[in-house]
Amino acid sequence: MIEIVSPGPLCTVQDSGRVGLAHIGVARSGAVDRRAYELANRLVGNPVGAAAFEITFGGAVFAVRVACLVAIAGAACPTIVSSGGVTVSPFDLGDQRPVAVPAGSLIAFAAPSDGLRTYLAVRGGLSTTVELGSRSMDMLSGLGGQPLRSGDTIAIGPDPSSTIPTEAAPRSPASTNPIQLWPGPRQQWFERSSVDDLVTSPYVMLPTSNRIGARLSGCPLSRSVATELPSEGMIEGAVQVPADGQPLIFLADHPTTGGYPVIAVVDDADIGRIGQLRPGDAVTFQWARRSVV
Amino acid sequence: MTVTILPYGERAVLFEVDDTAAAADLARWLKKWAHDAHDTLVTDVVPGARTVLVRCPSPHARSVVELATADYRRGSDDVPVGELIELPVVYDGDDLATVATAIGLSTTEVIERHSSVVYEAAFCGFAPGFCYLTGLDPALHIARRATPRPLVRASSVAIASEYTAVYPTASPGGWHILGHAEATLWDTRREAPALLTPGCRVRFVPQRS
Repeated sequence: MIEIVSPGPLCTVQDSGRVGLAHIGVARSGAVDRRAYELANRLVGNPVGAAAFEITFGGAVFAVRVACLVAIAGAACPTIVSSGGVTVSPFDLGDQRPVAVPAGSLIAFAAPSDGLRTYLAVRGGLSTTVELGSRSMDMLSGLGGQPLRSGDTIAIGPDPSSTIPTEAAPRSPASTNPIQLWPGPRQQWFERSSVDDLVTSPYVMLPTSNRIGARLSGCPLSRSVATELPSEGMIEGAVQVPADGQPLIFLADHPTTGGYPVIAVVDDADIGRIGQLRPGDAVTFQWARRSVV
Repeated sequence: MTVTILPYGERAVLFEVDDTAAAADLARWLKKWAHDAHDTLVTDVVPGARTVLVRCPSPHARSVVELATADYRRGSDDVPVGELIELPVVYDGDDLATVATAIGLSTTEVIERHSSVVYEAAFCGFAPGFCYLTGLDPALHIARRATPRPLVRASSVAIASEYTAVYPTASPGGWHILGHAEATLWDTRREAPALLTPGCRVRFVPQRS
């Protein structure tokens, strides 16, 4: 059992989400930075799809009622594991290795120095209510309950009886490459110069961004086709351009249909990087090239 | 009948057709194609108002789906007809009288025209389980309310523009409410949470209140 002493700005339970339900209006939801979420689970030997905490901009404090094995990945937060005011772990949780936490400990997260979302995986996974095949909280559809609040308690699932990795995962250097884009279905609805502006001018992440989408501010994108777009399917990574011309990149909890044209699509491998941008961070784009093998 | 293939990243493709009925037809064909032999190639078939989005597990799968649509012919025998769902409806909605006045019919005529059609569930949007039903009598086409209601009760039967729909859950809403269905449209504890899904056909059966 783990008690939420404080959720910080936003803490939710997430797993690999709800796949194949977009036709009835349900998005995948799940971890925004899937790579970081999967790494945290691997570090504690959890099977694919185990539920973990998604901590947004640090600040969360957990009281661990039973001894457990934890690991974090994603945005690197300074962390303290303590019991009765004494630091009990010799490890920094940010070391990307599993850490045994004794019963009665507190795990406290400060704000990350870089990045936005940190995943705290617990061996056995978080055992919350499953809704439509997933424990993920979807902030758009309301599936999977509410963001965690102080005093909530979360049960831990049975030990997966897998081997526990002992090596720390190597930390991959933070990529500074431009975000890779594929052409979107409505690229022809935009002025040629705007299609170029998207990949030549920098954009800044806005504080109104959330799990539904990353809202950007920068060179406005002008349309050459002014017709209203009849509702069509949206996907994670779609770069949609609303009436004000400022791009919006859909993330895990995106609406499944929408009425604004999609100029481009973020490459799957880079969606997690968009999910780690903080308000005020700059981002640049470039057109992806299919690698020739 | 042309199907235009629009790019949508490495693992999705958007097929564009002429209208909502054509999109619904293509979506049924694609779902059958996936279900019959190719379900590992298709993650989801998501119809829209003029398009069908297909999400795939890999770039290779997407290419196969794009090629397969060359075999599609609208309305051919291999496009399945959707299941018919009859929904008992009590026509006691707050907007029934206003709609009747606005379009110059009696409330009885509005009810008759609304309940004498077999609709097709074309696509979902707005909220989980919210299906846009096509086939509405043109006499009942009416723009959304100028001011949306902050709360519309679950199972409200409503019209707006060329569509009718049943609100799956309580939510804000700007459509004109004609009545309420007796069925539960959305229940996440059911194996199939949505009673109406794209491709099914719907008939409203008037009940006494």
